[in-house]
Amino acid sequence: MDRIRQRRTLAPALVACTALFAAAACSSGSGGNSPAAAATNAPVTISVGCEPPTSSTAARQGWVDDVKAFEKLYPYITIKSDDANPCDNPATFNAQLASGKMDNVFYTYLTDADNVISSGEAVDIQKYESQITDESDIQTSLLNVYRQGNTASGDLYGIPTGNYSLGLVYNRSLFTQAGLNPDQPPTTWAQVETDAIAITKLGNGIVGYGDYSAGNTGGWHFTAEMYSRGGDMVTSNGQSANFDNSTGTSVLQYLHQMRFVDNVMGTNQGLQYNDLLQDMASGKLGMYIGAPDNVTAIHANYKVPYTNLGVGPMPGETATLVGGSGYMFNKDDTAAQIEAGIKFVDYEFMTPGLGQFNYARMASLGQPVGLPEPEMWDGATAASNATQVAKYANIPTANFATYVSALPKMKLVVEPPQAQAIYAKGDAVMFSVLTDPTANISQLLSTFTSQTNTILANAQE
Amino acid sequence: MATINVTRARAREVKAAARTRQRVPLGRRVRRHATGYLFMAGAVLCFAVFSWYPMIREVIMSFQYTNFAGNTKWVGLENYRHIFADPGFWAAWRTTGLFTLFALIFGYAVPFITALVLNEMRNARSYFRLLVYLPVMMPTVAAAFLWRWFYRADNTGLFNQILNFLHLPTVQWLQTSHIVSTLCLVLFSTWINMGSGVLIYLAALQSVPGELYEAAELDGAGALKRIWHVTIPQTKLILSLMLMLQIVGTVQLFLEPFVITGGSENTTSVVYLIYQYAFNFNNYGDASALGIMLLLVLMVFGGMYLWLARRVEQD
Repeated sequence: MDRIRQRRTLAPALVACTALFAAAACSSGSGGNSPAAAATNAPVTISVGCEPPTSSTAARQGWVDDVKAFEKLYPYITIKSDDANPCDNPATFNAQLASGKMDNVFYTYLTDADNVISSGEAVDIQKYESQITDESDIQTSLLNVYRQGNTASGDLYGIPTGNYSLGLVYNRSLFTQAGLNPDQPPTTWAQVETDAIAITKLGNGIVGYGDYSAGNTGGWHFTAEMYSRGGDMVTSNGQSANFDNSTGTSVLQYLHQMRFVDNVMGTNQGLQYNDLLQDMASGKLGMYIGAPDNVTAIHANYKVPYTNLGVGPMPGETATLVGGSGYMFNKDDTAAQIEAGIKFVDYEFMTPGLGQFNYARMASLGQPVGLPEPEMWDGATAASNATQVAKYANIPTANFATYVSALPKMKLVVEPPQAQAIYAKGDAVMFSVLTDPTANISQLLSTFTSQTNTILANAQE
Repeated sequence: MATINVTRARAREVKAAARTRQRVPLGRRVRRHATGYLFMAGAVLCFAVFSWYPMIREVIMSFQYTNFAGNTKWVGLENYRHIFADPGFWAAWRTTGLFTLFALIFGYAVPFITALVLNEMRNARSYFRLLVYLPVMMPTVAAAFLWRWFYRADNTGLFNQILNFLHLPTVQWLQTSHIVSTLCLVLFSTWINMGSGVLIYLAALQSVPGELYEAAELDGAGALKRIWHVTIPQTKLILSLMLMLQIVGTVQLFLEPFVITGGSENTTSVVYLIYQYAFNFNNYGDASALGIMLLLVLMVFGGMYLWLARRVEQD
C-alpha cells in the first residue's frame, strides 16, 4: 500500500480510536458496579416487568390504577409497564437475559436469582437496602436468596416480592363424607395414610392421596417430601447428593406402601402438574402436596367452591420447600432508576394495604382475599398484613388456619442447586415406586444418587 | 461406441461454453442477472438468518459451556463427554430406536395397506379418504392430550372403559413396560400422521397403468401376487422416499413423550432429552452437542440410503 493511501487509511482510524477512548472514559460504570448517587427528584423513567395481561381484567386494572397513583405520589417518576407474559419463561429467560433487553426492574423466580447474579446482568443494590420499606421484617431466608452467596453477609441484588410454601391441599367435602374432621387435616405422614385409607373407602373411583411422577414434578415432590422429614437433597456445600439414607428410603417406602399395600393412590400414575388439580377439582382426590395458590387455580379454572378446599401444613411440620419471585435491577440502571424502582416495588409489592396487598380493592372486585400467600414478613409488618387480611377476607380463611399456624415453626428450604436436572432424574424413581410392585428402593436411590452426583459435578466444571 | 462418442463430444461442447462464459467479466455477468439475484436475495437472507446461522451457531455451542447468561467458555469435547456419561443418553437412544422400529412396522405399513384397500374401493372412496385424513387436520397437541386420556390406567380412560364394557381385563397402558408404552406412542403417531401417507400412496397407486394389472390377472396372479409383482415395483420410488422420510421423522420423536408421558416409563427420546438439557437444565452446550450427534446419525443414515438407492438403480 503506498504512503498516501496509508495516511488516508490511518487518519480516520485514529479519529475513531480517539472517539472510542473518549466515550469509554466518559461512560458511567456498569457490569456489577453500583452507579453514582442520583440527583434527587430529577425526572426519571423506568420500565417494570410483569404487568398483568389484559386477559386478567381486574388485576390489570389494579396495576394501571396503582401506576397512576404512584406517579401522582412521585410526579418525577414515569413507569413504563411491560405486560409480556409469562413474566419469567424458564425456556427463554436466559436468552432474554443475554440479550441485555431486560426491563429496568425485571421479574425473576427465586430459582433464577443465583444465575442472574453470576451473569452480571443485575446491579448490586446493597447500598440502597435501607430504602426498602420494612426491610428488617422481610424473612431472612427470602432476602438471602437475592444475596450473593445466599448468605446474610452477601451483597443484595434484588427484592423478594412473593413466595409460596408447599402444604397439604385437601378436599374438605371428602373429609366430611369419610367421617374425618375437615378443620383438622393430618399433620403427620402417618395421619395422611390413615385419612387416605378412610377416604378411599368411599369408593366410586375416589383415591385418598395423589402424587406426581412425570414432567419433572415427581422429583420436585420427592424433594419436598425429603425436606418435610428433615432431610436434604444435597450436602451443605452443594457438591454431592445427600438422600440415599434412611430419610430418602422412608419417602419412597411410604409412597410404595400407600400405592400397593393401602391401595389409596389409584392406578393412574405418571401424573404431571395439572393432573392433581384436575383430580381434586373432579372430587376424586382426597389430598396431595401443593401450594395454597392451587386453591385459587382450582376455583378459577374448574369453578370449585372455596368451601370445598383446604390447605393444611406440610406433614411432619419440620420443613417445607419454598418458591417464589422477586424483582432485580438491570445492570445498566442509573442510581435514579434504582431508587425509583425500589420505590415502585415497595409501593406495589411490599406495603400492606397497597398494590398487590390492596385487600379493599381486591374484595370489591371479587378477587380472593385471604389466601395464605405471599407470606414474606415477620414482626410488625406481618401483624399489620394479617389484620388487613382478616378485615377484607372473602374466602374462608379458617380453611387455611392449620397451614398458617404451622408455617412459622417450619424451616423454609429453597430448591437444591441444578434443581430441574435433579428433578428430571427423580421422576424415574417416583414413577418406579408408584407403578412397580417389586420396585427395589435401595437400587433406585443408588442410581438416583449417582445421577445427581454427575449433574452436580458437571455444574461445577 | 457411437453413444460414448456423442457423450464425449457433448462434454467438450459444454466445457468450451464454460470457458467462453469465463471470459465474460464477473461484473457484467452479475449485472446481466441482477434481477434474478435480487429476487433470490430475500430467500437467501431468510435461509442464512433462520437456517444456516442457527446450524453454525449450534456447532460452535456444542464446544462451549453456555447458558446464554453469564460467561461462555470453550470446553472442547467436554459436552460430548458429559452426555456420553449421562445414563439418560443411552436410554434416550434406545427409546428412539425402539420407536423408530415400531413406527416402521406400523406407521409405514399401515398407510400403504390402507391406500391399497382404498384404491380397490368402488363406492364411498372419498368418504373414507376424508375419514382417514381427518386426524391430520386435528391440532397435534390437542390430539395428544386426548390420547393421554384414552390411555388412563384407571377405569376412566376410554380404552379401559371399552375393555370394561367387553368384560376384558383393563391395561395400565403407559405404566406396564417400556415396550408397551412405546407401542402406545406409536399407535397415536400412526393415527395422527397416516392420512398424509395414505393420500400420497393413493396418488402413486392411481398412476400405475391398469394394463399391468390386467396382464397379471391374465397370467393368473392373485391379489397378493399383483401387489408384490406390480404395485410395489411400480411405486418403488415413492415407497423408498416415504421410508426415508418416515425414519428421519420418527428419529426426531418429541411431542409424544412430552405431552403424553412426560418422559415417564423410559419414554424420553433423543429430542426430548435435547429439550431437557436446553430448557430445563439451562445447559445449551450439552443440548447442542446432542443435536450435532443426532444430525450426524441422520446424515450417516441419509448417505447410506442414497448409496443403496444408487446401487439398486444401477442393478
